[in-house]
Amino acid sequence: MSGKRTAALVGNPNAGKSALFNALTGARQKIANYPGVTVERKAGRLVLPTGEPVELIDLPGSYGFDATSPDEEVTRKVIFGEFVGEAQPDVLIVVLDASNIEQHLVFAQEVLELGRPTVVALNMVDLAERDGLVIDPAALEQALGVPVIPTVAVRRRGLPELAQAIAAAEARAESDPKDHPRPHITLPERRLAANNIAKGAILSETRQHRLHARMDQVLLHPWLGPPILFALLFVIFQAVFAWATPFADALEGVVAWLSELVTQIIPAGFVQDLVVQGVLAGVGSVVVFLPQIVILFFFILVMEATGYMARAAFIMDRLMASVGLSGRSFIPLLSSFACAIPGIMATRSISDPKDRLTTILIAPLMTCSARLPVYAVIIGAFIPATTVGPGIGLQGLVLFGLYVAGIVGAMAAALVLRRSVTKGAASGFIMELPKYQLPRLSDLLIGLWQRAWVFLRRAGTIIFTVTVVLWVLLSFPKAGPGESQINASIAGKLASGVEVLVRPIGFNHEMALALVPAMAAREVAVSALATTYAIDASDEDAAASALEDRLGSRWTLPMALAFLAWFVFAPQCLSTIAVARRETNGWKWPAFMLAYLFGLAYIFAGLTFWTATALGL
Amino acid sequence: MNLDALPTGRRARIIAVDWGILAPEEATRLRALGIDSGAEVEIAHRGVFAGKDPIALSVGRMTVAVRRSHARAMEVEELAEAAR
Repeated sequence: MSGKRTAALVGNPNAGKSALFNALTGARQKIANYPGVTVERKAGRLVLPTGEPVELIDLPGSYGFDATSPDEEVTRKVIFGEFVGEAQPDVLIVVLDASNIEQHLVFAQEVLELGRPTVVALNMVDLAERDGLVIDPAALEQALGVPVIPTVAVRRRGLPELAQAIAAAEARAESDPKDHPRPHITLPERRLAANNIAKGAILSETRQHRLHARMDQVLLHPWLGPPILFALLFVIFQAVFAWATPFADALEGVVAWLSELVTQIIPAGFVQDLVVQGVLAGVGSVVVFLPQIVILFFFILVMEATGYMARAAFIMDRLMASVGLSGRSFIPLLSSFACAIPGIMATRSISDPKDRLTTILIAPLMTCSARLPVYAVIIGAFIPATTVGPGIGLQGLVLFGLYVAGIVGAMAAALVLRRSVTKGAASGFIMELPKYQLPRLSDLLIGLWQRAWVFLRRAGTIIFTVTVVLWVLLSFPKAGPGESQINASIAGKLASGVEVLVRPIGFNHEMALALVPAMAAREVAVSALATTYAIDASDEDAAASALEDRLGSRWTLPMALAFLAWFVFAPQCLSTIAVARRETNGWKWPAFMLAYLFGLAYIFAGLTFWTATALGL
Repeated sequence: MNLDALPTGRRARIIAVDWGILAPEEATRLRALGIDSGAEVEIAHRGVFAGKDPIALSVGRMTVAVRRSHARAMEVEELAEAAR
């Protein structure tokens, strides 16, 4: 046989497949989507002891071939060689969690029934031994009829032996390319066999006080569990905003330095303007959020790797159920506080399609980091820095209120959506609570790098394109003498159209103008306002440093509050819309998302303006 | 007795499951996790907040979160302390 050889890791969720995958391939990984579906395809290069490279695929975790989620469907099709555009793996590596051997042997038997060249990795043997469970791999090998290699992925134990076994299985497959299917048995029979096989392979078992049971006594305690979770979330948000600042400042410095450099290298004119005002200003304003996203994902990855995330979902399930969702939606919504894009992508683990759709539709209501610059500037300009209680500043309170408004809005939206457009049977919540584990630093770093790379790639493509288009719209046609460039530009004309619509809710021309480029990304509103008011000013340096003062003298308080209310709801982020389109396979739901969120933004900005005006603020 | 009525920390065996009242995907998922007739289970934790929902079941060497509505579909018999 010729062509690229492939091997695939299969097994239950929580078998430690990804850790094994990372240990076998190192950082040589390629992450993409399977064609046509939104399931991540993780592939990497594994060099066998023979020196021959094989492509190793990490298939989504699965409990069996009668799949219920899109992820498991992919696993089944790839193993059966039915996935169009994906070669059937030459060797299957079944990953078993030694500390949960009976359960994992059920799916293992289903895989072995296919008669494909298979190797079994008996993973996490150290965790099993910590729980007092010692398993004899030789007995398991005899019972299963395929090689069984004990491994500890996180300590790189058993990896050369596993690679050796993969090479041997591949060599056997090459000399005898036919499958040797075994008789098909039913699930109860498989479970019975699994218990018997395990019984025969367990050398000793001492009933110890299992660590994870004791930790759950505290972390899932009815009175202690929720405060611990909320305290943790509080620490995470503190960290996201406090730790990110120096890094964001440094990135801003780099962008400024690059602009300076480009200004010196490229002669003044069209190209320089495009690069400095268009590319660097636009892409730079988004890249500065990278530190916040990395920090939030660091915590999310730690929560996932330790096994605490499933407990968080358990604790939040009751609250989510009250609006028709389940604890599974908690993880995507938590990610959405950094950025709705990874949040929407994380909805893939939700098996119920209506549940998943609802979560995608409300994810943009979580206050993402792109709203912060807008909130910060407006609050700084209009809300006095007074205290309303010991240690509680009025500005911070308003910011907190905006976060709460987003959460309440999202919950209310979910409640309504689940009773109308995404109506269906109340979704259940069935989730394995995995054992607690210490995360391994290199797994965390690989995960962080992947998230950061996805974000940067997006900034380099979608945001780059949009920014350049907007810059062109703002720069042409050139203004005549005595006329402001922005008013003369195509974008300025668009703003005049928008202004007619937003005048009733208290927005002026400059606000309407800021909304147009902010369609690309919310934070662009700040730079748009800065540019607009800077053009009006005779002294540009003073203007740039005093946007807040300028806003304070041009806007009334009701106008400012209405502007804040608008950004709680408005789906002003092209990337989010693009991701929603990809994840829902069409324009229907992104269009719906735009319509209902702009509708809410309009209504609530209006209500805020009229109420504030009536109160004489 | 249905599983939802089982006091926390007592072991019981599932003797019958009314699969008809569960969604098909949920039934598949529960069976895949070994929550089926004949399985020995124990309620390890009951949910927080009002309603005590969801519940964490110990089954085999695993802990699995399910809703009370799932537990109510399962008939169990309590196992004597000596059988532990």
